[in-house]
Amino acid sequence: MRSSEITPKSVYLRRREFLELGVGSALALSLPAFARDKVPHGQKLASVSANPKYALAEEKKNSFEDIASYNNFYELGTDKSDPSENAQKLVTRPWTVSVEGEVGKPRKWDIEEILKSFPVEERVYRLRCVEAWSMVVPWDGFPLADFLKKHDPTSRAKYVAFETVVQPQMPGVKGYAGIPFPYLEGLRIDEAMHPLALLGVGLYGEQLPNQDGAPIRLVVPWKYGFKSAKSIVKIRLQETQPQTTWNQYGGGVEYGFYANVNPDVDHPRWSQAKERRIGELLRRKTLMFNGYPEVASLYAGMDLRKFY
Amino acid sequence: MKKALVPLSFAACCLPLLWLCAQFFLGGLGANPVEALLNDLGYTAFVLLALTLACTPLQLVLGWKWPLRIRKLLGDFCFFYACLHLLTYSVLDQGLDLSAIGKDVLKHKFIFLGMATWLLLLPLAVTSTAGWQRRLGYRRWKRLHRLVYLAGGLASFHFLLRFKTPRVETVLWMAAIAVLLLVRVADRVRRRAPGGAGVPPATGGGQRPEHPVVQSS
Repeated sequence: MRSSEITPKSVYLRRREFLELGVGSALALSLPAFARDKVPHGQKLASVSANPKYALAEEKKNSFEDIASYNNFYELGTDKSDPSENAQKLVTRPWTVSVEGEVGKPRKWDIEEILKSFPVEERVYRLRCVEAWSMVVPWDGFPLADFLKKHDPTSRAKYVAFETVVQPQMPGVKGYAGIPFPYLEGLRIDEAMHPLALLGVGLYGEQLPNQDGAPIRLVVPWKYGFKSAKSIVKIRLQETQPQTTWNQYGGGVEYGFYANVNPDVDHPRWSQAKERRIGELLRRKTLMFNGYPEVASLYAGMDLRKFY
Repeated sequence: MKKALVPLSFAACCLPLLWLCAQFFLGGLGANPVEALLNDLGYTAFVLLALTLACTPLQLVLGWKWPLRIRKLLGDFCFFYACLHLLTYSVLDQGLDLSAIGKDVLKHKFIFLGMATWLLLLPLAVTSTAGWQRRLGYRRWKRLHRLVYLAGGLASFHFLLRFKTPRVETVLWMAAIAVLLLVRVADRVRRRAPGGAGVPPATGGGQRPEHPVVQSS
């Protein structure tokens, strides 16, 4: 074959445009990319030791590409592919996290100080989205409890509120996403102090991709994914239950404050009994507390149908 | 060109399916291909429903006759994609778990609206042939096929509820369907108004049994 018969690279690179033209723009715009673009990797984290207690050997981990290309992060766009496509619109350096409210030692941290001060371990957790899909993610991070204790919470610290960054150039913030920003989440203090609750700074031994909540995010594996706030800039300990974004939305039509994974309590629009593990064709059964029964004691005596 | 309209439209209506099949097997549907397939098939059906609804108003407002020649084709393809959408939901998404599907339909208005739309489209698709038009009589056939507007309304609420927050895109589609309905209502009012009796009924919007607009080919 002569080299002139080979499709020129410039044309080849525009193959998506050609294909889309054939289908008609209205439909093509709504269709996902013809082939998934390569997802850029983050920098390797300095030192990560796997925590054998949370190796979750029985589960197959999702690929980096799955974890970094199928995201909900409304500040970067409302479609699943938007956050990875718009990832560079989030600027993660310089970055500060302020801890305030009911603490003896409030502090504004630089992200580099945080990364130096807390030993990072790998924990493989199940992630169950409220939209009935799930993944298995090897997070790198450190217990939220270790971080909070550094600030001497007072006896009035009953809840912890988390706030996600708002940067004017983020497309979801500029446009209409249907929810107000900043994104707010919250936990009860005993939930926040539970050994499973993690502050994530990486996955697969690399710094978090922006679309997964760089540079620092919450990981609460027994709750629906939206509880695990991304790209955190503020952590506030307080006496009253904090307002959270999805709990406020439409007068609470989406979910309550707790949002524990619970196969017996439906979402208003769909059942939560089963979930699709990303990479599998048919649905599997959803486990109570996403398969973390050790958190059940946090909710002893509570009617979880009422506090969903 | 006139001759090519129907085959060209037929080919165009097949493209989304070919595209989705190619993507499904090439891995282009992303991390959750079942969800992508389900959404794209539903969206295609919805767009075709809106296009079907646009045929008569286009004729009424702009005087174009050609959209009426492909109205049946568009409607049939709408039902075809709605069937694929329903099949994807019941087989790939729910694994044919009939009790789960039953509960889903009855408990959640999002799913109920989708199922109700499909059930409304079913008799319309069955009676879309010239034979059924004859058997029912044009007047009755026409009355039955007005259900398509109800289907359009239910489908747009189904589409609206798919997202956690209302999307601008969906609201625009709903507005478009409302406008299409208003054009027909306005036309009826105009023809019924005193002095408007002399205006000949518009093709497709009128009630002339001798000249059914829908063609079988």
